[in-house]
Amino acid sequence: MDLKYTEQEQAFQQDVREFLQANYPADIQQKVAKGIALKKDDYVRWQKVLADKGWIAPGWPKEFGGPGWTPVEKYIFEEECGAANCLRTVSFGLVMLAPVLMQFGTDEQRKKYLSDIYNSDTWWCQGYSEPNAGSDLASLQTKAVKEGDHYIVNGSKTWTTHGHYADMMFTLVRTSQEDKKQKGISFLLIDMKAAGVTVDPIITVDGMHVVNQIFLEDVKVPVENLVGIEGDGWTIAKYLLQHERTYIAQVPRSKKQIDRLKTLAKKEMYNGKPLIEDSQFSAKIAQVEVELMALEMTNLRVLSKLSAGDSPGVESSLLKIKGTEVQQSITALLMETVGYFGFPYIKETMLEGWQDEPIGPEEASVLAPHYFDWRKSSIYGGSNEIQKNIMAKAVLGL
Amino acid sequence: MNLEFTEEMTMLQDSLDKFLQHEYDFESRQKLSRQGIGYSEQHWQSFADMGLLGVAFDEQYGGFGLGQTGLIVVMEAIGKGLVLEPYLASIILGGQLVQQAGNEQQKESILPALIAGELKLAFAYVERQGRYNLADIACKAEKQSGGYLINGQKSVVFNAETADHIIVSARTSGDTISKEGISLFLIDKNTKGVDFRHYETVDGLRASEVSLNDVMVESSALLGELDNAYATIESVLDSAAAAICAEGVGVVGQLREKTVEYLKTRKQFNQVIGHFQVLQHRVVDMFMAEEQMRSLAYLAAIRVDEGQFDTRTKSVSAAKIYMGDARSIVAEQAAQLHGGIGVTDELDVAHYVKRLTMLNTLFGDRDYHLQRFSKV
Repeated sequence: MDLKYTEQEQAFQQDVREFLQANYPADIQQKVAKGIALKKDDYVRWQKVLADKGWIAPGWPKEFGGPGWTPVEKYIFEEECGAANCLRTVSFGLVMLAPVLMQFGTDEQRKKYLSDIYNSDTWWCQGYSEPNAGSDLASLQTKAVKEGDHYIVNGSKTWTTHGHYADMMFTLVRTSQEDKKQKGISFLLIDMKAAGVTVDPIITVDGMHVVNQIFLEDVKVPVENLVGIEGDGWTIAKYLLQHERTYIAQVPRSKKQIDRLKTLAKKEMYNGKPLIEDSQFSAKIAQVEVELMALEMTNLRVLSKLSAGDSPGVESSLLKIKGTEVQQSITALLMETVGYFGFPYIKETMLEGWQDEPIGPEEASVLAPHYFDWRKSSIYGGSNEIQKNIMAKAVLGL
Repeated sequence: MNLEFTEEMTMLQDSLDKFLQHEYDFESRQKLSRQGIGYSEQHWQSFADMGLLGVAFDEQYGGFGLGQTGLIVVMEAIGKGLVLEPYLASIILGGQLVQQAGNEQQKESILPALIAGELKLAFAYVERQGRYNLADIACKAEKQSGGYLINGQKSVVFNAETADHIIVSARTSGDTISKEGISLFLIDKNTKGVDFRHYETVDGLRASEVSLNDVMVESSALLGELDNAYATIESVLDSAAAAICAEGVGVVGQLREKTVEYLKTRKQFNQVIGHFQVLQHRVVDMFMAEEQMRSLAYLAAIRVDEGQFDTRTKSVSAAKIYMGDARSIVAEQAAQLHGGIGVTDELDVAHYVKRLTMLNTLFGDRDYHLQRFSKV
């Protein structure tokens, strides 16, 4: 047992590091480091650089254009991206939809969509949650009724991240009423420019616009936009989730945030000493660090198993819960670090181009909004309570 | 990077599982714990025959050279079976001290016999006033012609009763809390002036108070360099702490398994109580704590083998901190979820709870390690 990377892995690490240094745009790096809101163009610009290099889709099989990395190499890539404050690529097309199309899609669908996903020419969003279908996703009510060579879709989807940027939406719709609510659900691709699609912004607690509610009124969707067979949507949705969660823990990002926290706690003074020397505060940092060390090692153990040929299991639920708990603890500590200077709310500080004199410590004004915003992480992607239900059933047999 | 067990470790694990299954059921364990020396010399000999006692030692002394990571499987099994035999006291504490500090002659005369099960050691490092501070040593060793005269009191010395030699930390110079001026002495337990008060511990093991009154030892009893034992003691206790974190994983695994089993069988309100979500989530918390603990126990073992001071102390403390968390998340919840039966002496669960609780205290509790972690 050892944690050392092989010579080959070290060389790979060096390659990644050098590539990021040379090619990752400095303006985007600054935004990520300071917690400034990212624009569509930031994502597309960086994703196109990665696509040119052939590194945009680490999870794709080689025949579809993936780089053919081992699980450890994928982790190294993620680690280096975290350390370099890289923007996280948008997962809806690349990580969620693409594997579904590879597994369940037709040749025409693969031809039509995969290369646009790869090159970030199409922006996808996810139409899963509904106002009355959250944790109980299978109770969704958006209806698709087949009329000739079209489905007529009516209903509403919500919490749609970047729906206002999106060209297309993959969505779960009800195509028939069956004895079990998981039956009769289908997986449909909807053009966001189609008549009857309305995108309404939802402003979240930090004052920002990232998520939306989507209204669908008599939207005509061609039948060739059905993925898999009618009524198979739930199976596809579960398959998609497996792919979503392998790198869900976001350990490298959290490590970077711990660095940020420590740097800030060294600058802030309390009782005439740096805050980091306050034994109670440093103990709180230590507790998060310990949880993160454990999480990183659990993550590596999962990877090690994957390398040995096992398939990912329910560990992803554990990684999701612990990963989000760590992320949330760090946002809380960051906010606590600046004390009173969590109060000033200047929305513009979270936007590009703000140049004024900061109130209190630089960066301080984004920390409380981030803390509030980050409450979302234990809710999205299947709330942490749902993850516990999954583990109770799948791991413990309850 | 590879975090899978080696073939040797897997084989060791298999033979240990068989041993526990056939020889170490809970009833037999309880019987052993309550009589005589508190464990079985016959089992000890079986451990020696299985090669268990030499897992971490260098091959030139008859060991297997598997290092700290090799101990993971041994200690996890010890936790799983609530094993009473003095592996920690004699092999890990005593044996590692000799391996790390001993001269060639000391190593050759002790390690092969230790590995063969013919000789046992104990380590007397705790003092009444010292709490977890390893440098707070009042026990004194004064240089005399031909040797040292030792006076002092040592507390909670595990398995001293059956040890042939006691290794004692004593002050040869410096102030009481100074890290400098500490030395180790290897003392035959029958030496004049060495007195014991033996007792049972709350978790079913054995320990002793040891008094050293004008104990005269020869210069050759000095183990390692004069005045410079602190780093060795710290290193050996880190190794021991990493080992008991693996033991803790074994204990936690049993508590989780037994609690889940109970939730599947116990009926109240006309249904098995495992149907209640509030209880399901608590056992999931136990499961997550177990996995995180396992991760940190592996990490600590790997870092101990790598031998870098900073990463070693940081990862060992991290694992110990998590074991402190497990006390509330796993031990206390296991008792709670079992209801009344969980606090009876008859049920094994209570004994796993006791061991996990005391493992938190051993080699420094959660608070101690949080402070140490923050300082590195």
